[in-house]
Amino acid sequence: MSLEYILKISGPMLEGAKVTLLTFFIVIIISIPLGLFITLAGRSRFRPIVWFIKGYIYVMRGTPLLLQLLVLCFGLPMIPVIGQYLVLDRFLAAVIGFVLNYAAYFAEIFRGGLLAIDKGQYEAAQVLGMNRWQRMTRIILPQMFRVTLPSVTNETITLVKDTALLYAVAVPELLHYAQTAVNRDFTIVPFFIAGLMYLMITLVLTFFLKRIEMKVKFE
Amino acid sequence: MEILRVTNVKKSFDGEPIIKGIRFAVQKNEVVALIGPSGSGKSTILRSLVHLETIDDGEIYIDGEYLVKNGIYNKPKEIRQIQRKLGMVFQHFNLFPHLTVKENLELAPKLAKLDSEEAISERCVQLLEKVGLQNRLDAYPSKLSGGQKQRVAIARALMMQPKLMLFDEPTSALDPELTGEVLTVMKDLAKEQMTMLVVTHEMAFAKEVADRVIFMDQGEIVEEGTPEELFENPKHERTKAFLKRY
Repeated sequence: MSLEYILKISGPMLEGAKVTLLTFFIVIIISIPLGLFITLAGRSRFRPIVWFIKGYIYVMRGTPLLLQLLVLCFGLPMIPVIGQYLVLDRFLAAVIGFVLNYAAYFAEIFRGGLLAIDKGQYEAAQVLGMNRWQRMTRIILPQMFRVTLPSVTNETITLVKDTALLYAVAVPELLHYAQTAVNRDFTIVPFFIAGLMYLMITLVLTFFLKRIEMKVKFE
Repeated sequence: MEILRVTNVKKSFDGEPIIKGIRFAVQKNEVVALIGPSGSGKSTILRSLVHLETIDDGEIYIDGEYLVKNGIYNKPKEIRQIQRKLGMVFQHFNLFPHLTVKENLELAPKLAKLDSEEAISERCVQLLEKVGLQNRLDAYPSKLSGGQKQRVAIARALMMQPKLMLFDEPTSALDPELTGEVLTVMKDLAKEQMTMLVVTHEMAFAKEVADRVIFMDQGEIVEEGTPEELFENPKHERTKAFLKRY
């Protein structure tokens, strides 16, 4: 197994890793704020919103992400009448699927984080004359982020690996190129290289998130 | 001059009356201790004053303005203005754990634009000196002892320059050896003529510092008077039975 071979197949695999990373960043940047928004909307006094959000989270957590991706990429166009308008670019459709799924998980994580905050925090802020917006942005949310950071970290790393599901909807990413090389060259090496690339990504991510965690210890 | 007037205040939780028509007042510069067994409604009264509880009926006047009149609350904007006149110290301190001591003190006055940033920062240092914690400016609450936390909480409430300070069992969550430092700060405040309403189980403190003591039981005011009257010569059986335990 020559170094030359490794370098040769690493080229396309790095191209694939770009897609993996692009997907990861788009999804994380949209789904975390969206998850927060869903959590806050879920506290609305308007019951239909709450029911809708509960149903949405139930579906997202209760069905396989792979099924959701297949529906968005290949299922929607098959719906009678409106299906013809729902033919999305596969990458876009897959990203929407990831965002909807991960936002639901983040929403549940944040909901748990809010439950962990002592009632006295709201009370102290209110008694000090802060309005609802100030209480939320200055007192409650910063503490919620701290409480949920380990779970968010966990979920973020899971997302890196879940991007491999793009393979199933035929969006060429890291795993796709590895699999192609394995089939073509009849060697296991590309799989190892793919594994190493995932490990590199998660290593950098873990390091980065750990640093944030250390920063917000408040000690 | 009257800072607080509470008239005929009633409140129930789930149909269970907790406060049954209470009436009392606090004069400017006065220190009033509110004592009584747990569940007698002392804390509920205090929390009603800062609008953490909603009363069912009665009137609450703060510095001449009404918070509630005949069971009907003032407009939210007015309520917020009126609340500014009250400072509250909680049993469990409720410091903001993600902010340093300095930030805990400065956040609310800065948000309310109570003063210039420099003036707020200056007052922060002064108040921390007053409670003996000027060297913990940049510490997070997790690094403080219970007594220190409560002293910071007192300073934080004072930052808003309240006309009346409310204390809800400020030493009940503290180890016995830490209550002294908090009570000392409160005594100093009393000496500076701060108007205070204190829910407490510290009878010695009530005896020494309070101008007036109110004894509550089962949602009613049973008896009130000067500390001498109430502690040396209680008139009601319920007061006697309660004081016997101390």
